[in-house]
This record gives sequence, structure tokens and C-alpha cells, in this order.
Amino acid sequence: MSAVTPDQLHDDHHHHGPTGLMRWITTTNHKDIGTMYLIFSFIMFLSGGVMALTIRAELFQPGMQVVQPEFFNQLTTMHGLVMVFGAIMPAFVGFANWMLPLMIGASDMAFARMNNWSFWLLPVAAILLIGSFFVPGGATAAGWTLYAPLSVQMGMGMDLTIFAVHIMGISSIMGAINIVVTILNMRAPGMTMMKMPLFCWTWLITAYLLIAVMPVLAGAVTMILTDRHFGTAFFNAAGGGDPVLYQHVFWFFGHPEVYIMILPAFGIVSQIIPTFARKPLFGYASMVYATASIAILSFVVWAHHMFTTGMPAATQLFFMYATMLIAVPTGVKVFNWVATMWRGSMTFETPMLWATGFIFVFTMGGFTGLICAIAPIDIQVQDTYYVVAHFHYVLVAGSLFALFAGAYYWLPKWTGHMYSETIGKLHFWCSIIFFNITFFPMHFLGLAGMPRRIPDYALQFADFNALASIGAFGFGLSQLIFIVAVVKCVRGGKKAPASPWEGAEGLEWTVPSPAPHHTFETPPVVK
Amino acid sequence: MSSRADDNRRLLLRLGVAALAMFGFGYAMVPFYEAICQVTGLRNILQPDVVENTQVDPTRQLTIELDANTHDLAWRFRPTQNTIDVHPGQMVEITYEVTNTRNVPVTGQAVPSYGPQIAGDYFKKLNCFCFEKQTLAAGETRIMPVLFVVDPKLPGDVNTITLSYTFFEVAGTQARQADEGGRG
Repeated sequence: MSAVTPDQLHDDHHHHGPTGLMRWITTTNHKDIGTMYLIFSFIMFLSGGVMALTIRAELFQPGMQVVQPEFFNQLTTMHGLVMVFGAIMPAFVGFANWMLPLMIGASDMAFARMNNWSFWLLPVAAILLIGSFFVPGGATAAGWTLYAPLSVQMGMGMDLTIFAVHIMGISSIMGAINIVVTILNMRAPGMTMMKMPLFCWTWLITAYLLIAVMPVLAGAVTMILTDRHFGTAFFNAAGGGDPVLYQHVFWFFGHPEVYIMILPAFGIVSQIIPTFARKPLFGYASMVYATASIAILSFVVWAHHMFTTGMPAATQLFFMYATMLIAVPTGVKVFNWVATMWRGSMTFETPMLWATGFIFVFTMGGFTGLICAIAPIDIQVQDTYYVVAHFHYVLVAGSLFALFAGAYYWLPKWTGHMYSETIGKLHFWCSIIFFNITFFPMHFLGLAGMPRRIPDYALQFADFNALASIGAFGFGLSQLIFIVAVVKCVRGGKKAPASPWEGAEGLEWTVPSPAPHHTFETPPVVK
Repeated sequence: MSSRADDNRRLLLRLGVAALAMFGFGYAMVPFYEAICQVTGLRNILQPDVVENTQVDPTRQLTIELDANTHDLAWRFRPTQNTIDVHPGQMVEITYEVTNTRNVPVTGQAVPSYGPQIAGDYFKKLNCFCFEKQTLAAGETRIMPVLFVVDPKLPGDVNTITLSYTFFEVAGTQARQADEGGRG
């Protein structure tokens, strides 16, 4: 493992190295790697989106029209896996790579070569995952949670998925270790922990979560693999195992994973709102403690995903109250964002629109989460479209909207050009309107009892499903606007100054735009 | 500055060990889960139930339907009678007959299930062949008893209970693989 220290970087002359494709394959520069992460995650976002639209096309009207039920099951499974492990998580790692060193005044990530490795494992995993569609029996159709006993019985697509999860897990763990070491050891002189931008704090805590739970997921899928091929019986009832055990192991990973996907989003929004409200973040310290509380609580709530597995009432009550407790630190965060806006001199450029939209729609997802936390209600809505609505409100309107907010916020720093406000705003308004058209009716569908992951439905669900499908295609097409915005911004546009935002603070705005290949080779001094 | 590289490497090592430990923790959840289940009495289908009240309710009659299945196991398994009428609180013995049709000794474990599911909570077994593994010699036939009481607190809308047993081969995979050629 090679640690790149600033000494070594001095010997590394600008753009002296391989060119063309080899430059990207061999690069150890955090900005190059960040860019590759972002492009990769966007490609995966589009492929996961195509799967989602195929699902919505099938659900446009009752009966079977577009796909076979078996393939439908593969689509719901792969849509989840691709979006979680291929799109959202790598996108946040991309932001971390690009922005963390710039924010803390480091010249690069702590382990630049390991960084290259963590990225290049991802395309391999993606090929295994997407390629599993083309093996006999097709991709795994056990749901993204890969529940036993279905996952123990699937065809070889399941094995490819298991290996893909292993590889993505290794990539995430390496990325997380890199981030922890960078934040703890590479800060510029004077950059104390409590002076760090909140995005660094949320990523530090997320990285610890990743190190703690990705290995547990790796363990869970390894148990499935050995159950499938090596005669063990962890989850195989016929051999004395228990499928419910899988759910415990999986959700011990799965619930912290939810926060892995949202905490960096909190960080991005906490950077953007003070900038456009032209006020410092309200309650910085409480934000840090709230983030840490959410992370710690995430380890003791996993069984709220399993209220219907026949737990004793006392256990249900524990997990129910522990889950509701998480609303407290989350509420602190939302309060602080709103308090930051309070009496600020706000302007609504595209990043601020996305961040404000995030608060509005994410909070709705938070409330439905609270409703799902109540055990007796959860037993009613378990595995219905209500749950689908809930987690898309927090994952799309939460994580994805924050990613877009961050992308528009830092695009001038990345490309050196201002993006087009008109296109950015169009992207936002189309997205938020179509998002709600897609997912809001799903609450009603779920409450009326429509089960998730089923390719056909009873006639009374037809109207809301048609509406949701129209919204989904609108939302999908709206994302093409983002491509236009980014391509236009990369090609040209108004020259961006070092600090394009009037109210922006932080070290990343002290370097020129676009950020030069090497920055902070001499650490800045933070007063 | 090289001290920073050393610091970084030390932290990398520590975090790497933490990740490995968490991989182990995933596996540690398996015995932990089994211990919890044992302590709290969840999943304890292998123990006799305790029956406090044996007051027979002669005004109510229930039909018990008996069912037998095997899962990937070459045993002939059937109840000696298909249905039996009982009163709640009445102690009843029924028997099942099982034959090992293979030419090697095989060990199996029966797992009961109930229809409707809620009846399981009121179906108290005092003795059952399902409490332990059964090893049958090649070609052996065995008559096995189940002694049970249906709790009189059984909800009034349940008039028929289906008791269904499924025999699984214990540690089956290896034995099955060894035998696979013979069975095609």
C-alpha cells in the first residue's frame, strides 16, 4: 500500500504520465477518481432507471402486457441493487473524493493508489451484476434484500450477484477506510475537528458505518453462497437452519445502510443552505451530535423491518420505540436547516432549489417512516406500496435530490464554467413535480392493500397505477435534462470565479475554478 | 512528513482489522441468535408443551385432520387414520407410520405445522416423534405416537385443525449427494 504524502507529490509533475485511456485507468488523483465515480454512478442510475420504467410500463394497466412475471421479479430485484450499490453509494463516494481533500486542505486522499483500486473494482462488480441477466435462469429475483430461502434456491444469476456484492463491499470498505484516514490525519494545520465543514463530518461518520456493516453483508451473502453450494445450513430449514436468521443478519447491515445513503446527503444540504441563506449554519455542534446519534441508533433498530416474523411483543415494542427515537436527531437537523434559512437573505439558485426541495419532500418520507415504525400499523402496510412510497421519498427525494443539489453547487468548481440556471431550474421543477406524481399515489395504493413486487394487480388499483406510471416516465425523461446541463457546462459557459457563490465559505472556494489538478500541496493554514 | 505516512498506515491497519472483526461478527450472530431463541423459548418446537388445565369441554367437538409429507426424502410416511374427532381438553393419542424405503440407514427430523396457523398456539403436544431425530435402518417400518390436548381456550370459530408433519433429512446434503447417482 502506498501512502502519497505531499513530499512525493512534489516530484509528480503536472500531467506528466500516461495519456488517453491509460490516464484514467492508472490515475491516483482524487479529482480524476471522483469524476470517474460520478460518471459511473450516473450510468448506473440510468440503467437502474430503465429497469424502473420497465416495471412501471408493466404496471401501467392491470394484466400482463410487457414482461413475463419471472423477468418482472428480476427487474424489481436488480433495480434495487443497481440503485443502492451502483448509483447512490458510489455517487456519494465520488463527492467525497472530489470535495473532502479540498475542504480540509489536503493534497489528496491518504491512500491514493488504494483509491484507484476502490473505483476500478466497481465496473467489474457492475458487469457481474448486469451480466447476470444473460445467464441461464436470468438475474436473481429474490428482491434486493436477497432473502433466504428464495436466494438459496435461485439459479446461477444469484451467484454472480453474490460475487458482485462481495466486490462492491470490498470497494466500499477500502473507500471508507481511505476517507476516515484522510479526515483524521490529513487536515490542514488549524482545521480542528469542530471547524470541519459538515459534509466532512457526515462522511466521517458514514465511513465508520460502512466499515462496521459492509463486512456483515459480505458475511450474510457468503452464508447464502455456502448454503447453496457447500452443504451448510445457516438458512436452510431442511438442515436445521432458519430463514429468519438471514433477515436478522441482513437488516443488521441494512438499517445502517439506509443512513449510509442519507447522512452524506445531510452533509451536502448543510453546505448549501448556509451559502444561499448567507448565514452560518444554525447549530453546527448539534448537527454533529445529531449525525452521530443517528449513526449509533441505527445499530439497534434493525428488526423494525421484520415486525411480521413473529417476534414477542416486548421485542416489537423495543424496536418500535428505538426507531421512533431516531426522529429526534433527524428533527434537530430539519429544525437547524429551517432555522438557518430563518431571516437569511435567501436566493434560489438551482442548488438551493434542490436543497429546499430536499427538506420538503424528505421530511414527508421521514414522517411516513415514523408511521411505518409503529408496529401495529407496520403489520398492516408490510410489503405494500406504502413502504415503496416511503423509501422512495427518502431515497429519491432524500439522497438523489441532495446529490443533484451538490452536483449543481460544485459544478462550477469542477468544470470552471457556470451551468445554465434555466436548464438547472427546469430539471428541478420537472423532477419534483413528476416525483410526486409517481410516488404520492403509492401511499394510497399501499393503504388500500396493493402488494409490492407483484406484476399484476386488482382492478381497483388501476387509476393510481396509471398515474404513477405517467409520473415515472416524466421523472425518467427529466433526468435527461441533467445530461444536457452537465454537457453544456463542461463544454463552456460563463467563466466561473474561484468562489461563484456570494455566501459560500470553505477552503474549496479558495482554489481557482476549475480546481487545478494538484491543490494544497502546501497545506493552507486555517485560522 | 514520513511520520504522517506511518500514522496513516497504522490507522489503515486498525480499520482493516475492525472490518475483518465485523465480518466475524456476522457469523457470531448465528450462535447468538440460536442462544436467544433457546432462552426466550422462541422456535422451541422440539419440547413437550406444559398443560395446566385438562378440563374437558364435551359441548364442543373439533375435527383434527392429519397430514404427512416428506421433503426430498425417500421415506413412506402416513398417518394411520386421516381424521379424528376430539373435544377440547381431551387427551388423545394418534399414530403415524413411517418406512425407510432406502437400503441405507437414514436420519430424519419431522417439523409440524398447523392450519389455521393460529391453532398452533392451542395445540399442546405432550409426546411427539417430532421432539427428536428419528433414525430408521434400511427398510425399517416404525409406528410413532403423538399425544396431544387441544386447549379449550381455542377461538370459537375454529372447528377443524389440520396437523401436518414434514420429514426432512438431517444433514442431508452430503448423504444425498453420495446417493444422488442411484436416484438419478
